[in-house]
Amino acid sequence: MNRLACLVLIIGTALPAVAQDARKSGFDFMGPDTQAMQKDDLANPGMLSVLEGEALWKANAGTSQKSCASCHGDAAQSMKGVAARYPAFDETTQAPLDLAGRILQCRTERQAAPAPQREGRELLALTSYVAHQSRDLPIAPPKDARLTAARAQGAALYSTRMGQLNFSCAQCHDDNAGGHLGAAPIPQSHPTGYPLYRLEWQALGSLQRRFRNCLSGMRAEPIAAGSQDAIALELFLMDRAAGMRLETPAVRP
Amino acid sequence: MWRAVGFIAVLVSAQAQAQALVPYRIENGAIAQSLTGVKGDTAKGRAIVVERQKGLCLLCHSGPFPEERFQGDLAPSLVGTGSRLSEGEIRLRMVDSTKVNEKTIMPPYYKTEGLERVAANYKGKTLLSAQEIEDVIAFLVTLKDDTQK
Ligand code: HEC
Ligand code: HEC
Repeated sequence: MNRLACLVLIIGTALPAVAQDARKSGFDFMGPDTQAMQKDDLANPGMLSVLEGEALWKANAGTSQKSCASCHGDAAQSMKGVAARYPAFDETTQAPLDLAGRILQCRTERQAAPAPQREGRELLALTSYVAHQSRDLPIAPPKDARLTAARAQGAALYSTRMGQLNFSCAQCHDDNAGGHLGAAPIPQSHPTGYPLYRLEWQALGSLQRRFRNCLSGMRAEPIAAGSQDAIALELFLMDRAAGMRLETPAVRP
Repeated sequence: MWRAVGFIAVLVSAQAQAQALVPYRIENGAIAQSLTGVKGDTAKGRAIVVERQKGLCLLCHSGPFPEERFQGDLAPSLVGTGSRLSEGEIRLRMVDSTKVNEKTIMPPYYKTEGLERVAANYKGKTLLSAQEIEDVIAFLVTLKDDTQK
């Protein structure tokens, strides 16, 4: 079990009435200006991708000439809570699948449309639109035993020292969260806001893009988006953040 | 700075140092012998320490560098290093800090083996060259407790 969960347990037992949670979203590590930008839908640049995703949701695509809405209807109903329980076990491939992977599968196999690029604008927009339907809902990882092995693989990766700098994710995000790496406050790496708009990227990006950022800082091999390693890491982080609220589209510095 | 400069610029400034490592001996928590036999250059050492893309030191440490903004707070201040540690003790900490504290976050500056998933363009290369390490040591020993902050 990870340290944070232990801490939560200990505090929880000592002060049952208060039910303290030591976990904090990246939101809590940001300055008031960036927080205000996230909270105001008119100022939040991530909302542009959500709107773009909404248009794509309704548009017919591929040789099927069906839209996402043709099968799923009103996303506000059918997609509510979906992002909160991904990655999930996929019956067809018999492997864990992340939300973007599921949408990609629908697009190619059900709509018979050309495969969107894994980290391309179209898939990011659709993913942010779907994830937005879970905004403010608690992260609720599925209790599917078939995910256990991948989750453990993600936990192991998270605490493995990697790269020329020999850091593990846990060393920064568990042991040194709240500290400063140069100017940057180190958050606890909860996947609460994705896809999110990063001011540094000047774009909307995925959680797996964030992994690549941290890994390149560590001078470690990148983990490809949609790979088993990336999904394993995501599964672990979602589990570690169970019960925290989704913010999509979040804004980060 | 990690965000604006660190992670990105670091990649661009990769220093090719793919040569065989100079052998060294650890005794009593120190590496007494210079790695090169050439006396380190204090001014060059200071430059490496403050240069974020090279030494990376100020990502974690602060020190007597009033001109440097955004010094990290993950590690002890470098002020007084030369009073607390001998030259050989500093050398060991620069070469491979995990030899002093297995769990340390301080990167090993002179090590190529026993690292996992190193990005292709850094494989087999050390963070600093042997002479750069001697330069940094030459500078750190001058940081006495009475150094102006
Ligand atoms: C040496 C420190 C360090 C290491 C190692 C590190 N990170 Fe990070 N990470 C950061 C910092 C600093 C940020 C915040 C960047 C910013 O806001 O500018 C961050 C941000 C994140 C975020 C974004 C959180 C949010 O609120 O959006 C995630 C997720 C994350 N890291 C995951 C990881 C994973 C997974 C690994 C290992 C593969 C890892 N990190 C390794 C320093 C680190
Ligand atoms: C990612 C973090 C990080 C970076 C980068 C880093 N250090 Fe450290 N360093 C530490 C930590 C943490 C310690 C505390 C001892 C430990 O963890 O074992 C330390 C300890 C030291 C010590 C011993 C201090 C004492 O009084 O015992 C020296 C000297 C030192 N570092 C010098 C440097 C220099 C010079 C650089 C850059 C060339 C550097 N460090 C880069 C994290 C870092």
